[in-house]
Amino acid sequence: MIDLLFFGIFAAVAVLCAINVVVQRHPISSALSLVGVMASLAVLYLLLGGEFIAMAQIIVYAGAVMVLFIFVIMLLNAGLEVRRGRSWMATLFGAPALLGLLGVLACLLVRWFPDSPIIKFGDFPGGTTKEIGMALFTDYLLPFEVTSVLILIAILGAVVLARKELD
Amino acid sequence: MPPIPNGVPMSFYLGLSAILFVIGVAGFIFRRNIITVFMCIELMLNAVNLSFVTFANHHKQVAGHIFTFFVMVVAAAEAAVGLAIILTVFKNRTTLNIDEVDSLKN
Repeated sequence: MIDLLFFGIFAAVAVLCAINVVVQRHPISSALSLVGVMASLAVLYLLLGGEFIAMAQIIVYAGAVMVLFIFVIMLLNAGLEVRRGRSWMATLFGAPALLGLLGVLACLLVRWFPDSPIIKFGDFPGGTTKEIGMALFTDYLLPFEVTSVLILIAILGAVVLARKELD
Repeated sequence: MPPIPNGVPMSFYLGLSAILFVIGVAGFIFRRNIITVFMCIELMLNAVNLSFVTFANHHKQVAGHIFTFFVMVVAAAEAAVGLAIILTVFKNRTTLNIDEVDSLKN
């Protein structure tokens, strides 16, 4: 019962913030709404038993990535978005395509999970830091190491791209 | 009226994930500001992560959490490189409107 209550509250917050991301005209407002989406998703991860992922979501997404976004918005002094010259394809086919996508997703959901199992809080103990660390450093060691190379390349790429002079 | 379940049905989580994904696609299609488009991509990634964590709970496997972790790492790297590209585009074109960045069209 309390699970459903928490799910309802934070799902509503997530959807409202997500809609706000799309409808706000100023990028800063969109960025702050996105932080709301990520924080409420972190609560949902906690409900699903993903303690480590919830904390990583807060630290990595709501912390690091969104700060990066806000820095860039401030650096570029991005103002209100000009709403003109929208392509006719997006205007004409955008909304029907979106409704079609949502319909297909809902149809698949109903077909694959006609009697959807009930998820209770605390019935999956495998999301703790210990379990994830064990899996990450035994079964998934190679992807983990490759990830560190990827991060290194991304840092170098960002530095090269954002230099003062691109010669 | 059916009894209120003691817990949350899995389809609720998957439905929320689908709704967030479609909102992200909507922003991707309808927004013109390159930074907002980028934020909508992050929104879609988050929606898919919610599905991963839900399935990890359903199958009682930690692999879904590991995959979410990798998606987060790749998203962080992608954000760093993407924002550097946006900085470069703004320096060269002095615009953030994606309709005005169309050199490849001609």
